[in-house]
Amino acid sequence: MQDVKDTSDTRGATTPADGQKTQEAGPAKPPPPNPGPARQQAMPYGIVGQRLEQVTRRVPVDEPPPLPENAKLKSIGKPVSRLDGIEKVTGRARYTFDVQLPGMLWGQRVLAPLPHARIKSIDTSAAERYPGVRAVHVMERLLSTAKLRDPKAEQGNRYPTVRYAGQPIAGVAADSPRAAEAAARLIKVEYEPLPHVTDLEEAMKENAPRVFPGPTEQPSTAGGGGAPPGLPQKGNVRGPDSKPLGMGPRGDVQRGFAESDVVIDVEYRTQVQTHVPMEPHGLVADWRDEGLTLYASTQYMGSVRDEAAEYFDLPKSKVRVICDYTGGGFGAKYGIGNFGLLAIHLSRKARAPVRMVLDRREEHVSGGNRPNSIQRLKLGAKKDGSLVAIQLKAWGSGGVAGGAGVGFCHSTLYECPNVQMEQYDVFTNAGPCAAFRAPGQVQGIFGLEQSIDELAERIGMDPLALRNKIDVSRTDDAVARAHERRVGAEKFGWSKRRPAGSDKGPIKRGVGFAQSQWLYLVHRNTGCEVRVLGDGSVEAFSGTQDIGTGTRTILAQVVAEELGLRPEDIGAHVGDSRYPPGPASGGSRVTSSLTPAARNAAYRCARDLASRLAPVFQASADDIVFADGKVMVKGKASSAMPFRDAVKKAGFNEIAHRAERRDDYEGYMAVTPEMGISRHGIGGVQFAEVAVDTETGIVKVERVLAVHDCGRPINPKLTESQIYGGVIQGVSYALYEERHLDAGSGHQLNANVDQYKIVGSRETPSIEVILLEQLGAQSSTDARGVAEPANVATAAAVANAFYNATGKRIRTLPMTPANVLAALRA
Amino acid sequence: MAPSDDDSDPKPLLPKLSRRAFFTGAGASALGATLVQTAAEAASTAAPAVHGPGPSTLTLTLNGRPVTVQADPGTTLAELLRNQLGMTGTKIGCDRGACSACTVWLDGEVAASCMTLAFDARGRKVTTIEGLAKGDELHPVQRAFVEHDAMQCGFCTPGMVMSCAALVERNPKCTLDDVKQAVSGHLCRCGTYPNVFKATLAAARSNGKGKGRS
Repeated sequence: MQDVKDTSDTRGATTPADGQKTQEAGPAKPPPPNPGPARQQAMPYGIVGQRLEQVTRRVPVDEPPPLPENAKLKSIGKPVSRLDGIEKVTGRARYTFDVQLPGMLWGQRVLAPLPHARIKSIDTSAAERYPGVRAVHVMERLLSTAKLRDPKAEQGNRYPTVRYAGQPIAGVAADSPRAAEAAARLIKVEYEPLPHVTDLEEAMKENAPRVFPGPTEQPSTAGGGGAPPGLPQKGNVRGPDSKPLGMGPRGDVQRGFAESDVVIDVEYRTQVQTHVPMEPHGLVADWRDEGLTLYASTQYMGSVRDEAAEYFDLPKSKVRVICDYTGGGFGAKYGIGNFGLLAIHLSRKARAPVRMVLDRREEHVSGGNRPNSIQRLKLGAKKDGSLVAIQLKAWGSGGVAGGAGVGFCHSTLYECPNVQMEQYDVFTNAGPCAAFRAPGQVQGIFGLEQSIDELAERIGMDPLALRNKIDVSRTDDAVARAHERRVGAEKFGWSKRRPAGSDKGPIKRGVGFAQSQWLYLVHRNTGCEVRVLGDGSVEAFSGTQDIGTGTRTILAQVVAEELGLRPEDIGAHVGDSRYPPGPASGGSRVTSSLTPAARNAAYRCARDLASRLAPVFQASADDIVFADGKVMVKGKASSAMPFRDAVKKAGFNEIAHRAERRDDYEGYMAVTPEMGISRHGIGGVQFAEVAVDTETGIVKVERVLAVHDCGRPINPKLTESQIYGGVIQGVSYALYEERHLDAGSGHQLNANVDQYKIVGSRETPSIEVILLEQLGAQSSTDARGVAEPANVATAAAVANAFYNATGKRIRTLPMTPANVLAALRA
Repeated sequence: MAPSDDDSDPKPLLPKLSRRAFFTGAGASALGATLVQTAAEAASTAAPAVHGPGPSTLTLTLNGRPVTVQADPGTTLAELLRNQLGMTGTKIGCDRGACSACTVWLDGEVAASCMTLAFDARGRKVTTIEGLAKGDELHPVQRAFVEHDAMQCGFCTPGMVMSCAALVERNPKCTLDDVKQAVSGHLCRCGTYPNVFKATLAAARSNGKGKGRS
């Protein structure tokens, strides 16, 4: 992304209204990186296989020496099979869904049947008397929703106001699922119905029913989302936010449009998409006198621990979070959630562990979603393609939560002197949104990349050539994309692209291209401990979690590299909050944050071990090397001794070192208490080929080429898997997925996986992945993430291919037959 | 254990009722008090056993071992496996037969255990993901799934493996289209399908060759 200077304005934090999570301030200007003693270090920089330069960085003295490119390494960069793969294919992997503790009770929620209501009374007596029931709890506060700035606006309400159909109201814990379900049905709730609104445009009207009686605030989760504090709110419309993700306006768009040769002024619409992790949200709470243990299906154990500590007034040291496996999250699994609140209350009351897991319907309704959008995007350019002005006005609804902004790429992806964004959150009586795999960016890129494509067509320029001209910020992601466009075009056969609408028959084929861009983020407080035990076995510990990306495997690979071992020789432990703090599995930041900390800790172990082995080998510690499972003196192959034997000779019980993830050597553009935000981004480009049946309106994506960068890939096999996933989710979003709410009742009509259509085996296109190895000289591993970038460009690439196939623009998602036929008629 | 494509002889799900047993059973409700005596006599000899609402006993073969448990008649096979028999490898993703995460083998054929009542598995052979490997020796499909990274979060994986293993057992010469067909009811939100295809085809090709040690 481009280095935009005016990001120093931090938005003031607001006072928490009702004990809710404290509002995070916006990004702040960072202090200089890595205080303390440092050295000047020459490091490789650039795309491996292209031109690799040397740059000099200021590096903390105790950082390990820079790694060479992957081809010269033994473990890092190799397609190692997932170390927990056998657990997963044998059914032994234990998800939160599978946790069964002695004496565990089954939790059931009571959900609001109305989309907007005041609760007059709740009678739990019949439920409490039901056989097998051990505890009942009525919710006094509601999480995962925007908060009234002035809580007095609803003073006198004993219970949280119902603002969406399916909102949790109470919970029951019983000794069987049947008893819990039966008892939950016996809880009598008396409602005073209030007028409701579920449609985005209806909710924007001045006389629309108000979802909230006053202005609101919406903190973001660790996974992103949320909306900046202190924005004006009129009725259900909150905004404008003119600095999406802290990136502000510049220049004068009106003058820019006046100076433009070409102006493209169009509207895009995107739908609500739900996350649908195969393992629903869930938590097993075990409240005991000595402390609270939470088994959580989460993307960030830290957020589970911190919220539980906050809401139950416990020291963080008394809350332990365990997460062996998480069955997918995609941005929605942060914090304890309302189900978690209930589980903990019920466990405290019943003095027994309580399992509280959402069913599939609730997962759709209250588990989170990607907000919809209406985007008015106006683009002004010169005949030579140079952009003069970009103006975005966007509205979106995340239901009862804010965070529907889509404007980020508009000010950061392309060079343009005049940029203005206005984005609004519109509240509706619908379940809360949550961060979802590149929040906002998937929607924003869908519009922007189509308009850029349209501009190319209007000025008679190849879409890739136009990007070559305007994607010139000289950040790492822009450098990567330039290369990716070249290699991708050649591999895909871009030069064979035909004029739009070339096919004569009813089935029309075409190809399209779009670019990806996402933030390169670092979780600042990331540590890792590595232990070498006296028998030569090695373990690594990080309090992060694996949501399916292969975190254990890359952790083991990095440690193995330093000690000359195989990844399978390393016990890689994650999923326990008692380990050193690990990164959130969100914002594509686990690999960028964890691997440098792991390498630093392993490096310290290796140097410590070398000094202990020096007498054994009668050599200087600096000359002791670890390679191929052996220890030897540099240059003396005859001295080689198996690692385990050498360690035993050293005669110690255990060496343990903990190390931290240092700041990026170049520092950050902005920081929050948790995150460092680089001025560089992560790139990627995708090419798509589609077939459109113009009679039925059915679109099929036949082929996708995804060319991506993620710094140094630690494990190309796992990286490729994530890119497949990003593309497939992108196709699913582009063609099928859409939450349907019934305007009259406020209920979701397709809260299941048969009517909420997701890509299956038959709709999976043929996907080819090209992966760059790009060294940015920023950390001891130079790794970055890929999960979100892989999902950003797909819908836009498919839409541009649709145009190339049919000669018509499709500006409304998803590309269902109805939307397709409407677009073809336009 | 090889699942068969032949469905010409489906196992009857209910005990067969004789014509006489049907009429005596119907008579008990339709004709009322005057026939109670006769009906009761008939029922004691010929009428099918009535289950529920409380639990009753059922026996099935689970991964080669006979198991006898108490369950109420509303219990699905998935619930029985997970909540009563500790076999949590079988997942429940939708609980209405739409995602196939709960796939097991019933007498060697794939079945959605969330759509199968536990009582309909009486006397039948149930194979779950826990029973697919022979000791430490993984099924070739399991091995191929690991090698080809046909999983990410892994929650849909046990079900996927059960369907792909059934396909490979049934049709070692399966094609890409066959694999797509075999997993067409399975949902994977992480998007592992391309590697599921590769792994299953590789397993089919290697079936019988090499050892599957884990």
